[in-house]
Amino acid sequence: MAGVRRETLQAWALILPALVLLVAFTHWPAVATLVDSLYTTPKGSRPPRFVGVENYVALMDDPVFWRALHNNAVYALVTIPASVVLALLMALAVNTALPGRPLLRMAYFTPTMLPMIAVANIWLFFFTPDYGLFDRIVGVFGMGRHNWLGDAATALPAMMAVAVWKEAGFFMIFYLAALQAMPPDLKEAASLEGSSRWNFFRRVTLPLLMPTTLFVLVNAVINAFRLVDHVVVMTRGGPDNATTLLLYYIYETGFRFWDTAMAATLTVVLLALLGTLAIFQFGVLGRRVHYR
Amino acid sequence: MRTPRTTRRTLLAGAAGLAMPAIARAQAVSEIEFYFPVAVGGPITKIVDGYAADFMRENPDVKVRPIYAGSYVDTLTKAVTATKAGNGPQMAVLLAVDAYTLVDDELILPFDTLATGAEDKAWLNSFYPAFLRNGQIDGHTWGVPFQRSTIVMYWNKDAFKDAGLDPDKAPANWAEHAAFAEKTTKREGDRTTRWGVQIPGTGFTYWLFQALAIEAGAELANANGTKVNYNDPACVEALQYWIDLTAKYKAHPPGIVDWGTTPRDFLEGKVAMIWHTTGNLSNIKANAKFPFGVAMLPAQKRRGSPTGGGNFHLFKGATPAQQAACLRFLKWVTSPARAAQWSIDTGYVATRPDAWQTEAMKAYVAGFPAAAVARDQLEFAVAELSTHDNQRVTQALNDELQAALTGRKAPKAALDDAQAAGTRLLRPYAR
Repeated sequence: MAGVRRETLQAWALILPALVLLVAFTHWPAVATLVDSLYTTPKGSRPPRFVGVENYVALMDDPVFWRALHNNAVYALVTIPASVVLALLMALAVNTALPGRPLLRMAYFTPTMLPMIAVANIWLFFFTPDYGLFDRIVGVFGMGRHNWLGDAATALPAMMAVAVWKEAGFFMIFYLAALQAMPPDLKEAASLEGSSRWNFFRRVTLPLLMPTTLFVLVNAVINAFRLVDHVVVMTRGGPDNATTLLLYYIYETGFRFWDTAMAATLTVVLLALLGTLAIFQFGVLGRRVHYR
Repeated sequence: MRTPRTTRRTLLAGAAGLAMPAIARAQAVSEIEFYFPVAVGGPITKIVDGYAADFMRENPDVKVRPIYAGSYVDTLTKAVTATKAGNGPQMAVLLAVDAYTLVDDELILPFDTLATGAEDKAWLNSFYPAFLRNGQIDGHTWGVPFQRSTIVMYWNKDAFKDAGLDPDKAPANWAEHAAFAEKTTKREGDRTTRWGVQIPGTGFTYWLFQALAIEAGAELANANGTKVNYNDPACVEALQYWIDLTAKYKAHPPGIVDWGTTPRDFLEGKVAMIWHTTGNLSNIKANAKFPFGVAMLPAQKRRGSPTGGGNFHLFKGATPAQQAACLRFLKWVTSPARAAQWSIDTGYVATRPDAWQTEAMKAYVAGFPAAAVARDQLEFAVAELSTHDNQRVTQALNDELQAALTGRKAPKAALDDAQAAGTRLLRPYAR
């Protein structure tokens, strides 16, 4: 009995450092945010007042919130599959014997290493009408001027292009690691049996990559809601909220409008959304990814 | 007998010498900190640090520490957050239009309750009234003008000559402005190689729009900052004119023109006229490879431009000694000679009439007359749009203006929606 208690104590002592950090920087802020979202924003000498779910009701009436949610959904639905597929293709390309392979790998990985703010400033000039890179390229084909970031129809796709470019190289690294860890005898066995390359990819490579894909997907989903630096630099959510994403709207509400209660409410909504997605990914997809 | 006494005296002197600086510091030296943003090109941080060093040389009993804090929004965020956490700066240079937010949050002190002597009062009255107005709330003065600007028009003289216009004559009114823009627009087939005019619509959409609205005879908000007039007929006229420059005259690029790339477009010769801040004067002067002019904005019912830029604000955490030190520093840094030098170094408008009478300023204007345009326009200047809950109320206008400029809404409908949103946000303050 005493031995068991000592063991339990020891276990607690061992996880204590990690637990303290986790509680202080993750769990406590999350709970505090939830509590703050039930109060009004303190202004000057007026203390916060308990209002229950009033902030959530107000949020339902906020057209910019719905716009941000819609934009973020589109942003996620396009950038996640695009960057994951691109990452897989790039990993397959640099996994084969190719002249200049290290150089190619590095080129694909470069976007990940560059700071997002610097990247966004470069892309800002790519998208500049008339003399920007893209207008010069389409100009060769006789097409006229495009105001990529100043047009509500193209501004969000432009943001998504930057995100895919930034993300694909990062995910490629995980796929590349998984491909290199794959035992070569599988390939030999398959070629002995006369399996085609496509068949081998579909029946062997892809299923073996599924755990990596799950990991990459989880990260991609988080990034689709987390990566907003380029919005700040390139459009500030404009034109007319065409590029306002959820996290950017939280920042604006919290640190530009100083409505901390509403920012807390938005944060709780974002947390709930990400939590639900994570449960779905690990609960439903997680059970199917392992090759049996 | 001599030796021990000498030793003792030496020891005492040494001890006193060691103790004295500490005592002097504790009694007389006030330490003050201020946050400042950098919003234009040029070595601003070096200039500001230089001012602090010069001031401390002349005033050894005050220690001033300027802290660069990023953009205007970053600086506001940092100052407010640090103040709420209890270790904020004593002062900060923040957008003049954020005064309502700072007053409503009870974060700052009015200067007029501090500057009570006759000389102090005279100092506070020495600034251009247009620059003071944004900081005057509830009968108090909450901001000391520092890095202030207005909107002016820059024009490319070569482009004017190319279009058969008098290169030295800027458009004086809206009709001329549209006609000149139409003439200077150059096309090759379907492609436009040079636009007539660009009025940027990102970031500060409301600011550029306010210039048009003032010219059309509208006032965007009341003096108490409790009511907006976004859908005034004159505002609709102003927005229609902006859109017509694209839709009717085909002289302005369609959609929204970026604030940041507009000076570059101008320098690249892609546009003949731009509306931009005076804060960009030094940049354009340094980089234009063609002769250019600077003019007041064209008039419709009247001339006009909103003011812009940042004021010094005094935070509540300052002790009485620090408040006095802040006041001394502000009087020093806004003195005519310093205001003139700051204007020459940065392109910001010197904030008081007597700064323009200094020898340095006279010599500068004689060599570069364009610098005086912003000053002359101050006569027609109006305080920048500012209300309670300012950032949100102006953002409502920004969004709707952008919707109209991108063709998603008709001007009247967009401004009606902005008015509804502004009125809803201001309801708690309108009582």
